[in-house]
Amino acid sequence: MLEARHLECTRGERKLFRNLSFRLGRGQLLRVAGANGSGKTSLLRIMCGLVAPSAGELRWQGRPIRGEREEYCRNLVFIGHLNALKDDLTALENLRFAAALGGLPADREHSLAGLDRFGVAHCAELPAKVLSQGQRRRVALARLALSPTVPLWILDEPFSALDVAAVSELELLLAAHIASGGMVVLTTHQEVQVVTQAVLRVDLDLHTAAPLAA
Amino acid sequence: MSTSKRFSWFYFSSPQTFYPLAGRLQPWFAALAVLLCAAGLYISFFVAPTDAQQGEAYRIIFIHVPAAWMSMFIYLVMGFWCGVGLVFNTRLSSMWATALAPTGALFTFIALWTGALWGKPTWGTWWVWDARLTSELILLFLYIGFMALQAAIDDQRRADKAGAVLALVGVINIPIIYFSVQWWSTLHQGASVSMKSAPSMAATMLIGMLIMALGFWMYSIAAALARVRCVILERERHTEWVMAEMGERT
Amino acid sequence: MIRALGWVLRRDLLLVFRRRGDVVNALVFFVIVVSLFPLGVGPEASQLRNMAPGVLWVAALLACMLSLARLFAPDHQDGTLEQMLLAGEPLVVLVMGKVMAHWLVSGLPLVLMAPLLGLQFDLPGDALAVLCVALLIGTPVLSLIGAVGAALTLGVRGSGALVALLVLPLYVPVLIFGAGAVAATAAGTGAEAHLLLLGGFLALALVLAPWASAAALRIAME
Repeated sequence: MLEARHLECTRGERKLFRNLSFRLGRGQLLRVAGANGSGKTSLLRIMCGLVAPSAGELRWQGRPIRGEREEYCRNLVFIGHLNALKDDLTALENLRFAAALGGLPADREHSLAGLDRFGVAHCAELPAKVLSQGQRRRVALARLALSPTVPLWILDEPFSALDVAAVSELELLLAAHIASGGMVVLTTHQEVQVVTQAVLRVDLDLHTAAPLAA
Repeated sequence: MSTSKRFSWFYFSSPQTFYPLAGRLQPWFAALAVLLCAAGLYISFFVAPTDAQQGEAYRIIFIHVPAAWMSMFIYLVMGFWCGVGLVFNTRLSSMWATALAPTGALFTFIALWTGALWGKPTWGTWWVWDARLTSELILLFLYIGFMALQAAIDDQRRADKAGAVLALVGVINIPIIYFSVQWWSTLHQGASVSMKSAPSMAATMLIGMLIMALGFWMYSIAAALARVRCVILERERHTEWVMAEMGERT
Repeated sequence: MIRALGWVLRRDLLLVFRRRGDVVNALVFFVIVVSLFPLGVGPEASQLRNMAPGVLWVAALLACMLSLARLFAPDHQDGTLEQMLLAGEPLVVLVMGKVMAHWLVSGLPLVLMAPLLGLQFDLPGDALAVLCVALLIGTPVLSLIGAVGAALTLGVRGSGALVALLVLPLYVPVLIFGAGAVAATAAGTGAEAHLLLLGGFLALALVLAPWASAAALRIAME
């Protein structure tokens, strides 16, 4: 279970949000909403442990993540804006290296199955630099198909650049993960039809810091 | 829990409380600096005897050696406060280290200049690849690197932390660099030309240099206090207390 | 943990294999810089022989430093570095993997090339051998220290020149003892002390540099 207590985020000299608290349990999806620049990506990066919040703390299974970063990271998959693909490696090689670093099964069969899930198995032997934006996004997301055992999925705008077929495939994957007791945190501008009952919503526009002394 | 007020040095660890303290302390250190430097200069010009071999030119040693000492000392102090800021995540420690750096670089520069001024009349060359001068040159690069790194990074907290890592790496390397340059210098030059071949230390000379060093130390603290006040104002300019302070001034 | 190091190493080596030009660039730079010195100083043999250890080492320093731009910056730009920070493996181990790959690509070729260039400067055979050994011990130190500089200046504007300013003063001890080893051999005195000290620097760098680089990477990614 992921718990946030009174999180506050300061970027440069701006306070993006303050006093943000929520609890995310097994089988729940958290949707982070807010206008552009309201701190959605910053919140996700705080949840990954990449950035320390300027106030408040984050707890995983009741313990603060600050002292146990490596242990915490083994329980999460993060897919951000950048696809984390190497241009000179093939789609299959990229996926296998990403899986290996994430402690997931990195053999050929699993990776091909992952690519196939997102409809890019035919790109497996092509270098990433010749793939289209949408194809690259799918290769990046294929990691999720290999991560059913990883409890927490943190996704930053996962639906961007995807076509309708890929969007519905991703929605199915997210629903399956939640149904099996996993947790998903995502930001998106689109309305998402993930079939699940437990959807939490955090709206960052409601947590903006008051402007400092005029 | 005790209800009596206990004085704690940690009270001053916030920029807001340190700012007025720095303002009150700074004139005292400046006054001490002027007194001690004047005493040191008096000793160097009027009390210390004329040297048989080097004449009057050697008197610049009274500035050269204390400046070199201070340049090293300030780097170590800077490294210490950088370490504190990194471990305890305090803003003021990083601000203090940033305030110290230019003064340290200044003393390194003074040491280099006075070394050149000493070299010219004594050995005929403006620059001597002596162990101390070469080490001071490298130390100058380390200071400039620290200041350049902090200036190049836009995000203030990242600049503080990156500078701190660099300063700590520098602190570990300085003994290694000094040792290496020392070895290199003795190997290549022998003992013919060396700043170490200064006239043997009469007691008055040593006292004179120590007083000068103390004067430089007081100056460093005074300069750093003045500078850290500017740094605090600049970094905390969005807080209410700074705006009130600025409002009072205008 | 070792497996993670292996994966990072394999990935970086595979990337270099796909773009072999990068290796050649560093090597060509090394050769050109070394060749510039006789053109600048004159071809007189004994002068070149005296200069050779210093010239070869300075060129190796510069070549190593130039290649630091490839160490973390591309990973930072495409998001791979972020994933490494989230890998659940100690970042120190992953950094070691990257530094090892960097040395294999930018340091080891210099070690292999240096004897040929030493012949251009008319260095005797035993000095050439010591040159190889000294570079073999010294270039990993250059990669390790360089990694700290590259990590500190990640994504900073003007980082090329800034890395040089940060890293070259720290390279000075390696330069002094590396060139000193070759000069001592050429002069007939032994180079054991120099090589032992270089080995000491390597041990110290192996312990401290990956840790400092990992800390600097986390700071840069905040």
